[in-house]
Amino acid sequence: MTIEQKNLETKVNSQRKKENNMESTISEEISTKEFKTEGQPLLDDPRISTRSVDVFYGEKQAIFDVDLDIGKNQVLAMIGPSGCGKSTFLRCLNRMNDTIDICRVKGTIKLDGEDIYDKNLDVVELRARVGMVFQKPNPFPKSIYENVAYGPTIHGLVDHKVELDEIVEKSLQRCGLWSEVKDRLDAPATGLSGGQQQRLCIARAIAINPEVVLMDEPCSALDPIATVTVEELIHELSERFTIAIVTHSMQQAARVSQRTAYFHLGKLIEVGETDQVFTNPIHKLTEEYITGRIG
Amino acid sequence: MNDKKITIGTHISKQFDIELEDIRERVLKMGGLVEEQFGRVLTALMDGDADQAALVAAEDYKINQFEVEIDEECVLILARRQPTASDLRLVVAVTKCVRDLERIGDETERMARMIQHSIEIESPEKYYKGFIAAGENIRKLLRETLDCFARMDVTTAVKQMREAYSIDRQFDAMTKQLVDRMKKDPDTIASALDMMWSTRCLEKVGDHCVNILENVVYSVEGEDVRHQHLDEVEETLNMD
Repeated sequence: MTIEQKNLETKVNSQRKKENNMESTISEEISTKEFKTEGQPLLDDPRISTRSVDVFYGEKQAIFDVDLDIGKNQVLAMIGPSGCGKSTFLRCLNRMNDTIDICRVKGTIKLDGEDIYDKNLDVVELRARVGMVFQKPNPFPKSIYENVAYGPTIHGLVDHKVELDEIVEKSLQRCGLWSEVKDRLDAPATGLSGGQQQRLCIARAIAINPEVVLMDEPCSALDPIATVTVEELIHELSERFTIAIVTHSMQQAARVSQRTAYFHLGKLIEVGETDQVFTNPIHKLTEEYITGRIG
Repeated sequence: MNDKKITIGTHISKQFDIELEDIRERVLKMGGLVEEQFGRVLTALMDGDADQAALVAAEDYKINQFEVEIDEECVLILARRQPTASDLRLVVAVTKCVRDLERIGDETERMARMIQHSIEIESPEKYYKGFIAAGENIRKLLRETLDCFARMDVTTAVKQMREAYSIDRQFDAMTKQLVDRMKKDPDTIASALDMMWSTRCLEKVGDHCVNILENVVYSVEGEDVRHQHLDEVEETLNMD
């Protein structure tokens, strides 16, 4: 290392020490009750609207007072460091957290104006309206055809085999898989590549014609090329569906979404147009996260 | 105005800090060289030293080298780090500032050649006076501009933009004066034309300083204030 490089490193280190002292002040600021989300969390005509949402795992609070709207035919990306609550929040949107005994959700979450935590609401029907795609492709150990046909069949969406064939073909086409699998629909889905399996899972989710598709890090188990295909698919699907995606890849959030929400320690720090959030965020924590200063 | 101080040395990736600090330091070095070259041209004119002017013109290549190197470094940072927010704005601002500094270098080279010619044909001293005064103002503007970049100081940047516009108004008067002299004394048209073109170069250096100042504002505040009236700029930035 040259003397010049060493000097530069010393300078960089002292700057870093100075900044560390400032970090505690910011954490104190967001931990107060008065903290308000920066940007534009609310919309005029939302598909999903959440108000004062708190989530607890036993005694521990994971989400604090989140007000957030998700617009129709829009992709909302949720980003934030590990443990910030973004996946927990996503899972509240189709009551996936109901499966965790110690999990309690407070506040209001509405889908098209209807409270999804209403006691009379049928959760199975809700999950048909709000589909979900997970990090790891999880096709059923059945044929490609059966994977896509499963949802429409159990939800009684079809009367005849011809209709089911149509839904399967259309769903696979929308996911760009049709031409790749049309000659082997009876082949086991587990024989597909990772990217194909994830697109099949998306086809399975959209086969029941949901209003919203939730995606929890849908590309983290995929290679770069498969990631591009799924991102392209998200872009195309946004014309018909509302999509909320949790991602660890900031570049992915910047590429696929129109709005971005930044979570930190269970608080929703900032929501805004993705272009603005990635070029000129409002809150210092958002800036520090997306520029790789905190993680 | 928001408190959007740019702090380079705080990334989790120390190497990224070093890369950003490195381009910033190189821009400052480049700026130092540009300022030095500009000052040497004025001194050459004051001392009537044609050789010195020729030397300045010959050394412009050093500034060009800086431009190429810093641009290359910025491209590598974009490719390696995919910077966002203030980091992205800084890298974009650096590539633009570097281009402006290189153009200031070009204008300085052009001035040096004309001043060299002017000295060689023994132009009357009275032609230089106004030019030297305006040149000193521009030199001060250039120094302040580089200081603003070094400190990422938006308040001073806007103040200097106002200063630049006020200096700009001097050039019309200088041009008019030179035209009058040419009319009165046609024998000195060649000298007056040298000064006229050199004055134009000074004006352009001032314009490039304004560009750099606008980029300082963009880099810190994320606001694109190009092509805006200064009052609008102050309003955009919520400045009193």
